[in-house]
Amino acid sequence: MASRTVVVGSSSGLHARPAALVSQAAAAAAPATVLIGRPGEDGVDASSVLLLMSLGIAAGEEVVLASDDDAALDRLAELVATDLDAS
Amino acid sequence: MSARVLPGVGVGRRAVVGPVVQVREPVRPASDAVIERDGAPVPHDELPDVVGAAFATVSADLAARAERASGSMGEVLAATAQIAADPALLTGTRKELSTGTPPVAAVEKTIGGFIEMFTAMGGLMAERVTDLASVRDRVVAVLVGAPLPGVPELAEPSVVVARDLAPADTAALDLDRVLAIVTELGGPTGHTAIIAGQLGIPCLVRVTGAGDVPDGTRVLVDARAGRLVVDPDDEDVAAIRRLADAELALEEDTAPGATADGHPVDLLVNIGTAADAERAAAATDARAVAGSGLFRTEVLFLDATAAPSVAAQAAEYAAALAAFGGRKVVVRTLDAGADKPLAFATLADEENPALGVRGYRIGRVHPRLLTEQLAALGQAAAETGTQPWVMAPMIATPQEAAEFAASARAAGLTRVGVMIEVPAAALRAEAVLAEVDFVSLGTNDLAQYTMATDRLAGQLVDLLDPWQPAVLELVATTARAGRALGKPVGVCGESAGDPLMALVLTGLGVTSLSMSLGSVPAVRYALRRHTLAQCEAMAEAALRAASATQGRAAVVDLLTEEARRLLA
Repeated sequence: MASRTVVVGSSSGLHARPAALVSQAAAAAAPATVLIGRPGEDGVDASSVLLLMSLGIAAGEEVVLASDDDAALDRLAELVATDLDAS
Repeated sequence: MSARVLPGVGVGRRAVVGPVVQVREPVRPASDAVIERDGAPVPHDELPDVVGAAFATVSADLAARAERASGSMGEVLAATAQIAADPALLTGTRKELSTGTPPVAAVEKTIGGFIEMFTAMGGLMAERVTDLASVRDRVVAVLVGAPLPGVPELAEPSVVVARDLAPADTAALDLDRVLAIVTELGGPTGHTAIIAGQLGIPCLVRVTGAGDVPDGTRVLVDARAGRLVVDPDDEDVAAIRRLADAELALEEDTAPGATADGHPVDLLVNIGTAADAERAAAATDARAVAGSGLFRTEVLFLDATAAPSVAAQAAEYAAALAAFGGRKVVVRTLDAGADKPLAFATLADEENPALGVRGYRIGRVHPRLLTEQLAALGQAAAETGTQPWVMAPMIATPQEAAEFAASARAAGLTRVGVMIEVPAAALRAEAVLAEVDFVSLGTNDLAQYTMATDRLAGQLVDLLDPWQPAVLELVATTARAGRALGKPVGVCGESAGDPLMALVLTGLGVTSLSMSLGSVPAVRYALRRHTLAQCEAMAEAALRAASATQGRAAVVDLLTEEARRLLA
């Protein structure tokens, strides 16, 4: 399983709107699964907005994304690094 | 079929006819309730599919409602739909099922776990708790085959009936399709009634038995008479239609507020935000509505987690002042405490908050809140080139009035007043008025404090009636002081919007009336049909009456015949 380490770009962290957008993008990668978590911890299913929000990841934190689908991984990595609160 | 009449307490004056839509309470089945499909219990190995289908049904229903809803309501519904479709909820519930947990308990336990976690995390996460609880109640309802709880989607203009409406329920209403709101609980100065009043939607509260009227039943909601007519006959309906037509005609008159013989009374509107100011200013001209007699600034503070900066406040005040151009705007300084707590200035738990540190008294604990607010208003005045009026709430003594006047004038404000809502201030109105340029009577709080009756105590509404002669006596004392000193005395409580009370207040010597925008046409009409001498006779009758009911009845007798048909 390939992985990427990304710094969270959204100013509110992975809450509310950014979390919703990231989980929607992860769900679109089905049937592939995308896992998200802090470095060194087990990742959770990124398509679950509830699990994603329960991580309580703040702006500027590093997260690790992992998936078998490289293209999905690239898309998610870019999304997580973007400030989604700004748009 | 004969009509059945359920009495209640009306808010507003309009009457409407429409079908009932009941807001349903969530079902609370036993946690081990047997799930049936097609009349037979679902076998254990099929439960995961049935539960999955329940989540899918709820998500699809919410998504479809989000599509049809507009603006922020659509976004809220879409976010809730996404939660209902969340894979973590389904996975968690199925895991519970596999260990032998019964279906209802499995749903409640899984979603309950997230609710606990998000509540503990606080802040933004805590806001999702309402959505999670709503998803839980919906999925449980679908599982046991009960109707979906909460505010149903309104397919046509309807009368919304509930035991009680929480603020969140009100926010979820599609207001374009709400003809009226009827509740079994609540009071006329409670949350639902105030929101309905501001939106101009007729509302009845404290209607026992309203919750038993079946969905789709045609009802007549008569806010003015305080009655809910179930299955009204054609004659009832025709009478209501005639009144509605007459009310529409009233709105076309936009002459300045004055009695039939030309005694001027400023007609003003109550606002809470710059957006309210823009709406009211755009809908009227300076002749029809002379400005705002109450700008409730606490709205700006209530949702804030920290005190807004002077610059942020100044921008909001400037926008409101600019919207009204040269019209009069009376800004009330922060009226927090009691039923309006502030996140950033929370006071130690008070035994009796209505009698505690609220209104102007907040300055004893947080003096900067007031000085910064006055500074911001001074900046907004300079920036817009307007001269706002400013007043402090909950003033009890002439000394407090003098202190406030000194602070406001130091901030460059020239028209300084105080509210009269504490009986002590009304009894010493002349001494209070000597310190300031004007006063404004807050009749809701004045009634609460005069009658020693909590505004939120629904079962005591008769005591809280602004027609109570003792309350009117204090209004009369205050108005007399205004006349003696030649200074304006306004009323900005709910009673200013009642056309009959408006006549009485004018007769007592009140010089301006501030109300919700929707109340202005009927008040203008009432004033234009009666002379000042007639108003004075009505005031005299209301003051002399033995009770609130008798006082109002005496005023009805003194109305011109046309006005009685339209207003009584």
